[in-house]
Formats: sequence, C-alpha cells, structure tokens
Amino acid sequence: MARVTLRKVVKRYDETLAVRGIDLDILDKEFVVLVGPSGCGKSTTLRMIAGLEDITDGEIIIDGETVNDVPPKDRDIAMVFQNYALYPHMTVYENMSFGLRLRRAPKEEIRTRVQDAAAILGIGELLERKPKQLSGGQRQRVAMGRAIVRDPKVFLFDEPLSNLDAKLRVQMRTEIKRVHQKVRTTTIYVTHDQIEAMTLADRVVVMNGGVIEQVGTPDELYHAPATRFVAEFIGSPAMNLVPCHLVETSSGLGLHLDDNLVLPVPADRIRRYQPYAGKSLLFGLRPEYMVERRVHTGPHQFDFEVLLEVIEPMGMDTFVHFLVNGMDVCARVNASAGARAGQRFTLCADLDHLHLIEHDSGKVL
Amino acid sequence: MVTGTRAAVGIASRGSIGRDRRRALFWSYFFLAVFVIFFLTPPVYMLITSLKTSAEISAATSPWWVFSPTLANYVELLTSSTYLTFFRNSALVALLVVAITMLISIPAAFALSRMRFWGSATLATGVFLTYLIPDTLLFIPLFKIFAFVREATGIELLDRWWLLVIVYPTLTIPFCTWIMIGYFSSIPKELDEAALIDGAGYFQLLTRIFLPVALPGVIAATIFAFTVSWAQFLYPMAFTTSADQLVLPVGIVTTLIKGDVFNWGQIMTGALLGALPPLVIYAFLMDYYIAGLTAGATKG
Ligand SMILES: Nc1ncnc2c1ncn2[C@@H]1O[C@H](COP(=O)(O)OP(=O)(O)OP(=O)(O)O)[C@@H](O)[C@H]1O
Ligand SMILES: [Mg+2]
Repeated sequence: MARVTLRKVVKRYDETLAVRGIDLDILDKEFVVLVGPSGCGKSTTLRMIAGLEDITDGEIIIDGETVNDVPPKDRDIAMVFQNYALYPHMTVYENMSFGLRLRRAPKEEIRTRVQDAAAILGIGELLERKPKQLSGGQRQRVAMGRAIVRDPKVFLFDEPLSNLDAKLRVQMRTEIKRVHQKVRTTTIYVTHDQIEAMTLADRVVVMNGGVIEQVGTPDELYHAPATRFVAEFIGSPAMNLVPCHLVETSSGLGLHLDDNLVLPVPADRIRRYQPYAGKSLLFGLRPEYMVERRVHTGPHQFDFEVLLEVIEPMGMDTFVHFLVNGMDVCARVNASAGARAGQRFTLCADLDHLHLIEHDSGKVL
Repeated sequence: MVTGTRAAVGIASRGSIGRDRRRALFWSYFFLAVFVIFFLTPPVYMLITSLKTSAEISAATSPWWVFSPTLANYVELLTSSTYLTFFRNSALVALLVVAITMLISIPAAFALSRMRFWGSATLATGVFLTYLIPDTLLFIPLFKIFAFVREATGIELLDRWWLLVIVYPTLTIPFCTWIMIGYFSSIPKELDEAALIDGAGYFQLLTRIFLPVALPGVIAATIFAFTVSWAQFLYPMAFTTSADQLVLPVGIVTTLIKGDVFNWGQIMTGALLGALPPLVIYAFLMDYYIAGLTAGATKG
C-alpha cells in the first residue's frame, strides 16, 4: 500500500502531446478514478504509472521512491487490462500464481494466496479451467484475482468493465468496490464512464485534452464543478446550460435568460457575481433542481411557466424538455405531476444550486 | 412482432439460399476433385513405377498397372549404403538448419514485432527483401566466395555436407522471421505487458508466455524451414560432389542416372522414400498447428 505522486508529468508521442504536465497526489488506500472523454490521456497516464510508457518529462513517485527509470516489474504494481490479457495457455490457477512463481514464492504460500483471492472473488470452482472456458465476467474476475494475489502497492485498472454487457458491468462495479473495501490497496482506475467514476471513487480526476480539469470527491464534482467541461461531463442527464445576461435589477442582480424569463440571483451570491454585472455568461442548473410547483421549502425557489415540448417518463420521475431562448432545457418532475407535451406547465427552480460560467475561460464563477 | 417478420423472411428465402449453397458446394467439390487428380497423378505414377522391375518398365505394357509387383527396388535402396548416406546427410542438414533458423528467427521476430527501436520497421522489410533474391542468382558468387575462403585460409568448404547447414539459413531465416513477425504481431500487446508487470524479464516473457502462445506460428515456420532444407537442389548440386557428401535430391539424380541409363524404378523409389519425412512431419505437426490457441487471451 502506498502513496502515488505525479509531478508535472508530460508525455509526448512524436507530434502529439498526450499528457500536458499533470500534478496529482494519490493517498494511501485511496480509490482514485481518472475519467474523461476518449483520447484525453487517461490510459497514457495510467501506463506511465505502470512503467509501460516512458515519461517525457516530470516525475512519478510511488511509496516515496521516484520510479521514472524503474522497470514495471520492480514497481510492485498490478494492472487489470480492458481485454483482461489472461495467459491463454495457462489455467486460472497458473494465471493467478504466475507473478508469485516468477518471484519464487514458496509453494504453500502461493496456494493459500491464490485460494484466498479466489474466495474473495468467488472463482474457487474455476481454478483448473483455461481462460477460453470462461465467460466474460469470469475472465474479468480472474484478471482481478491475478492482481490481488500479488498484494502489490498499487492496483491499476484500465477500463476493466467496458467489454461487459450493461447488467454485468453494474454487477462487477459493485464487486470491485467490495474488493477494494476488503483489501484496501491504493487503486487508480481509468474509465470514460462518469457514472462508474462517481460510484467507485473516493476522489475523481476529470481529464480533458491531456490536462486535469478538476480533482475532487464525487460530491464536489457534482455540486461544485470548477469548469464548464466538468459541469457538462458529470451528471446524467447533463446540466442545463443557457446563455444569459447578468443584469442589475431593483432588488439586486438578475439573470436575463430571455425576454419572458429573468431569474433573481440569490442574495448570498450577489457579492460574488457583482463584478460580472452587465456581462454575457452561461447559466447552469441541473434538471433535478427544476421540479413541479410545490410549497417552497427554501428562500431561493422561483416559479416560472414553460411550454413543454417532450416528455420522458423514467418511472419514478419524468424528464420534461422545453425551450429557453432556443436552447433545449430539461427538468425532472414527479411522475404524478401531470406533465403533458404541448401544455404549459409551472416549474419551480431552486436557484441555490445555480452555476454561472464565464464564456471564454470556461471557469465556473 | 419483430421476430415474426424475421421468421417470415427466413422461410421465404430459405429455398433460394439452399439452392445457392448447393451450387457452391458442387463447384467447390468439382474443383477440389480436379486439383486432387492433378496433384496426385505424379505420386501415384511414381508408386506404380517403383513397384515394377526394369524389364516391365521398358516393356510396352500399361504405365498405370503393375502386372508383377515387386519390392526389389525398395530392398535394394534400403540396403544400399550410399542411399542411406544421402538420407543421413539430408536429415542432419534439415534438422541442423531448422535448429539454427529457429535460434535466430525467433528472437529476431520477437524483437522486430515487439520492441520499437530506431529503424525496426525498415529492418523488418529489409529482412523480407533478402528472401526475394533467388538462389539461382547467388550460387555462383557463393561458389566464388567459398573458393576464396579456401585460398585465403586453407579451410575447405566445398564438397562438405555441413556447408549446406551454413548456406541454407540464408534462405530460411529471412522467410521464417517474416512469417513469425506477422504471427507475433497478432498476439495482443497486453499479454506481454501483463507478464512484464507480473515480474517477467524479456527472456521469461519469451519462453513462458510468448512462445507457448505463438506456437502455431513457430510450427508453421519450422515446417517451412524443414521443407526448404530437405528439398533444396541447386546449392547441393553446385557445392557438393563426392558420393559421401551428397544429400538425397542430388544423390538420387547423380547415382541412379548413369550416362544416359535411367534406372527409373529406383529413381521413383528413392524419390518416394525421400518424400516420406516431410509428409510425416506435416502429419505430426499439423496436430499441434491449432489455430486459435490465442482464443480466450482477451475478450473473446
Ligand atoms: N502509441 C501512440 N503513438 C502516438 N500517439 C498515441 C499513442 N498512444 C496514444 N496516443 C495519443 O495520445 C492521446 C491520449 O491517448 P490515450 O490512450 O491516453 O487516451 P484515453 O484517454 O485512454 O482514451 P480512450 O478512452 O479512448 O481509451 C490520444 O490523442 C492518442 O491518439
Ligand atoms: Mg484508454
């Protein structure tokens, strides 16, 4: 178990800068998820930590030791690959024990460690099988077992669930979390699925274009995104973003969305937004903070009427879509609220949860 | 609803699919039969001739039937020490060439397919290009070189069977390296990476993970190297002359044809017996040539 630190790590492939200098400090026993769109440099970062890629610039420190020039086998890490990479000519037992056998661990110790890991993962029955006799989920477990058996300082996962079908993916996600709670090894996990990131991580690292956009707990990312990218990337359905003007009104500040809709800025935010008065900004509010009209429970709730365009019943809730200033906006209302497409409907927005984003920098103010 | 439509389409089109399939099968078998007849005629002719006496071969009877079959040709060859020497020379040459080829080609193919280093791609193409130079172009210069070596150092290379062990790898190594580069490249890179992370060095990676997984490719290369060394005619014809240094293909031609006297019975017998080892090797190794050994390595 160990701490992993990245200092100004850069990776350049001939022309392309895949990773543009990232700083990251991962604590002992922590489960950190790197998430971001395809090609943002997640895998490259992970592979540099594993030692599978050279580092163009910067420093990687595992457990207090700079490992820039340490080969993978001496970094004491284990990795689970997207395609599992099980040794096809070996049985599950041989697959899981390969690392220990290379290190000449005593036979008895190997046996107990493999059996312990197999018990954690529920693959005790499969030890004599070859990989091709296993289902996708079972192979996934074996690949994890191979990592657990080694008892390394750090686990690295590169999109381990993306080859599984949707149902199994959810199941294995829980499994991975359970295993981590049991073995408590420092874990770095790469995925492009923000739901996977949110559900698994102690802390999430959102990457984009080779840089880190934001690091934080799932809660922080969700409620206090630092940039427009994070605000849009985290959460499903995505946060509504509508261009607006920050205008001065008689009672303070208002958000002018279109001629029929001007939202009052909550009093406790006026100081924060005052410098931007008169500017054109992006207004952001998640769908779940716009609900059907009800008795107000907070001071900054605001009712407004919209014309519903599309209704998406989800069971407990219904997503309703309407246009504000030509932009599609989604709200989440109770299924029994009686929303119907083509009708006018009164929504209640909780403006305590609004975000204002600067156009050029993409920063959340 | 959807399944119902699909089933209906299936029923409607089954007739024509079946007819197309039957026609395709018919023509496949037709051409297969033509090829089988075409390629099996010579060996069958050889077998028939090998069972005849010289008198019957020269008599004006049907060449496709044996009237008084005899094993005399076989007995004579298998008890002749010169023929057995050819056989031994051929076997030694082929086995040594296969060994040398594998010793060099496997690490070369491994390095060229796996390790990115400066010029590795060019080198891989270069390896293949050397194979394209025909031996007819090389045997005279090679002969000159060997003669020169004798003059310069006093070491006699010509008319020694083991010279072939040195010369054949120039034919086998490029091609074997090439086909193994292709096969090795098809093995997912994550497999090596997993082994490297598990703690394997490059040598352990090669012997414990890579070779077992790449076995079909290695076997294909082995078969090729063996066949080339066994059947090569031009080089031994040019470089060896003494009866005790000859390999089978040249030995048969030079000892069984005396002037314009062709001992057809024995030539056919010798050639048939000579074709046996490659056949046995094919039959034996094909069992191990299981494509899809990599199945299950990855997502599958
Ligand atoms: N071997 C390579 N040679 C050149 N460029 C590469 C190489 N590997 C990755 N890249 C580039 O580096 C960038 C980051 O790639 P990386 O594999 O880290 O993306 P990723 O975030 O893992 O994406 P994905 O979700 O699609 O796996 C991409 O633009 C990619 O094209
Ligand atoms: Mg990736």
